[in-house]
Amino acid sequence: MANAVAENYLQQSTNKYSGIKSWLLTTDHKKIGLMYLIAILFFFLVGVIIGLLMRLELIAPGKTIMDPQTYNSLFTLHGVIMIFLFIVPGLPAIFGNFFLPIQIGAKDVAFPRLNLLSWYVYMIGAILALVSLFLPGGPIDTGWTFYIPYSVRTSTNVSLAIFAAFVLGFSSILTGINFVTTVHRLRAPGMNFFKMPLFVWATYATAWIQIIATPVVGITILLVIIERAFGVGIFDPALGGDPVLYQHMFWIYSHPAVYIMILPAMGVVSEIIPTFSRRTIFGYNAIAMSSLAIAFIGYLVWAHHMFTSGMSDTARWVFSLLTFIVALPSGVKVFNWVATMYKGSIDPQPPFLWVMSFIFLFSIGGLTGLVLGSLATDIHVHDTYFVVAHFHYVMFGGTGTIFFAGLHYWFPKMFGKMYNLKLSKIAVALFFIGFNLLYFPKFILGYMGMPRRYYDYLPQFESLQKISTFGSWILGGTIFFIVGYLIHALIKGKKATSNPWGGVTLEWHIASPPIQENFEVIPTITHKPYDFSQLKEMKNE
Amino acid sequence: MSQAPTVHVESVDFVMLYIVGISVILLLGITATMIYFVFKYNRKKGHQPVDIEHNTALEVTWIVIPTILVLSMFYFGYTSFREIRNIPENSFKVEVTARMWKFSFKYENGKQTDTLYVPLNTPVKLEMHSQDVNHAFYIPAFRIKEDIINGKTTYLGFTAKEIGDYDIACAEYCGLNHSAMYSMVKVIPKDKFDQWYNKK
Repeated sequence: MANAVAENYLQQSTNKYSGIKSWLLTTDHKKIGLMYLIAILFFFLVGVIIGLLMRLELIAPGKTIMDPQTYNSLFTLHGVIMIFLFIVPGLPAIFGNFFLPIQIGAKDVAFPRLNLLSWYVYMIGAILALVSLFLPGGPIDTGWTFYIPYSVRTSTNVSLAIFAAFVLGFSSILTGINFVTTVHRLRAPGMNFFKMPLFVWATYATAWIQIIATPVVGITILLVIIERAFGVGIFDPALGGDPVLYQHMFWIYSHPAVYIMILPAMGVVSEIIPTFSRRTIFGYNAIAMSSLAIAFIGYLVWAHHMFTSGMSDTARWVFSLLTFIVALPSGVKVFNWVATMYKGSIDPQPPFLWVMSFIFLFSIGGLTGLVLGSLATDIHVHDTYFVVAHFHYVMFGGTGTIFFAGLHYWFPKMFGKMYNLKLSKIAVALFFIGFNLLYFPKFILGYMGMPRRYYDYLPQFESLQKISTFGSWILGGTIFFIVGYLIHALIKGKKATSNPWGGVTLEWHIASPPIQENFEVIPTITHKPYDFSQLKEMKNE
Repeated sequence: MSQAPTVHVESVDFVMLYIVGISVILLLGITATMIYFVFKYNRKKGHQPVDIEHNTALEVTWIVIPTILVLSMFYFGYTSFREIRNIPENSFKVEVTARMWKFSFKYENGKQTDTLYVPLNTPVKLEMHSQDVNHAFYIPAFRIKEDIINGKTTYLGFTAKEIGDYDIACAEYCGLNHSAMYSMVKVIPKDKFDQWYNKK
């Protein structure tokens, strides 16, 4: 086993199958992670292009490049793609698959075949969503929230599109089950729960939300389909149903889903900061426990999406209070991250710069969430651009930024190649500028009273809309620039060493790219996860 | 606009300033500290890193202070919100009907309009219902909004204290012409209003 020429997982001869089959029939968690990366990156870029088209339409009032029906479909698709195909599966499916087993010293996930099935289920869901665009009836135009009664009355292909979301939910549940079992059963000798890296903790907490919350949206979607197909009155008032019930059921899933989106990103941040500060994380237990706290309190705040829905005033203040409480564990994490830099030895390489950018953008996202948690201010800015700005700062500035941070952090490990560091530092700066130009004006527009999901707008909003569109060009261009230099690095990049950043979690102890079953010998864990005294003993060829 | 058109606007803007003020301080504090650390503890300076695993006093502080801050934000937000929910019994009532993509208003004497007319300094209560899908009644200048849901009546209240015309927008996505679903509220002096209201 301890063979110096053990082949890495990308080399075909180590597989039962060759060529494309060696990918499509693989049960290797790393290859499955890469297949997710390709699929998810593709859908992300589609979502980006749709976003750019929407921004172009909004560069001036009135019609610019499309009619309102097209615009309404585009903002729905942008939401559906970005939420269900990019950001919910994103980090767990790509980096969770690839690194969770390695970080706990396992050869693979607990159920490798189920893992491959999850990928296929994801692809089937994605294809159904695409098919729904081209069938008669036309692309869905309800907004990604599918609010009833509109979603029962529109003639567009709602049933198929939400069925796609239903299928995607199963992929999410299966991945969750796989990760929970892997963490419980496959930790290497000596790897107790409090020696696990924080990315593992975060992915573990996320997996529980995936298992527990996702079935609720599955049930809700089935009820909507039954209502549309058979005219059974559940949510539609015309049939005796209650549209607000739909909103409750939708957000009982979709609010916890927000934490499915952000928790793994927080885990990645907790990996990157110690590595580049070369010191242990500050408040390991606080960060691990705040992941669990967020996961569980996150179930109890869903109705803050509904402060104007006409529900009782008591429900409104209770959910407002709970919303403020759930803000606290996120705040604690930010303080811990910054404190981890204190008295470190900081080397601001690209992954670290992405994280710095994240801390700024995510803090804005989190702090503007306080404006939305407070009843009086939420009533004013609910369903305006303020909300759009807020969740783009949290989701894109948060998870999206960390998607790039993780990609830059683990790229040399995944592919054994290094990208151009100078170019990627420029990319972080351009991304940051473009991002703020695109989304910051939306806070102001929202407070001025610009409602969201508007094809057209009043003249007083024009200058800020223009700035936002201008920002979208910088941001969009930067994203394609990043994809470009990473692909270039894949083909022509310099060979990466096994530990280019000086990390100490298990993935940095093995070859780049890793060998077929990750470890020549399953390690016995004696160190805490961020104990940099190991660095001296680690070989770095 | 120089004067706030309702008392509620002043209180919402106060809550906003309070939250944003604290947020800006926190944001700048976090960012400045981070940037300072990156320079101060840069690897190029050759410091030996120090592993500090935790500090109970510091961690308790940064839980307790934010808890107090967010509870105060909750409290101000809630008390301001109460203003628009406590609508006086003797308010001037207007029935609001929303449908794709139009608002219409019906007054107690049977008068109907597409623009909302209200008397100055008089509490107004809007009783709202929808004929089709969800809509939301939003007057940005008054900082008030409530969804209009088919099958139930929702309500809103305000007391305008400045004469003027203010936009009403639909804020809940309702299909094709959602972005064209605008109307206007005209606040006019009581005597002029009465003249208009009693004219056949």
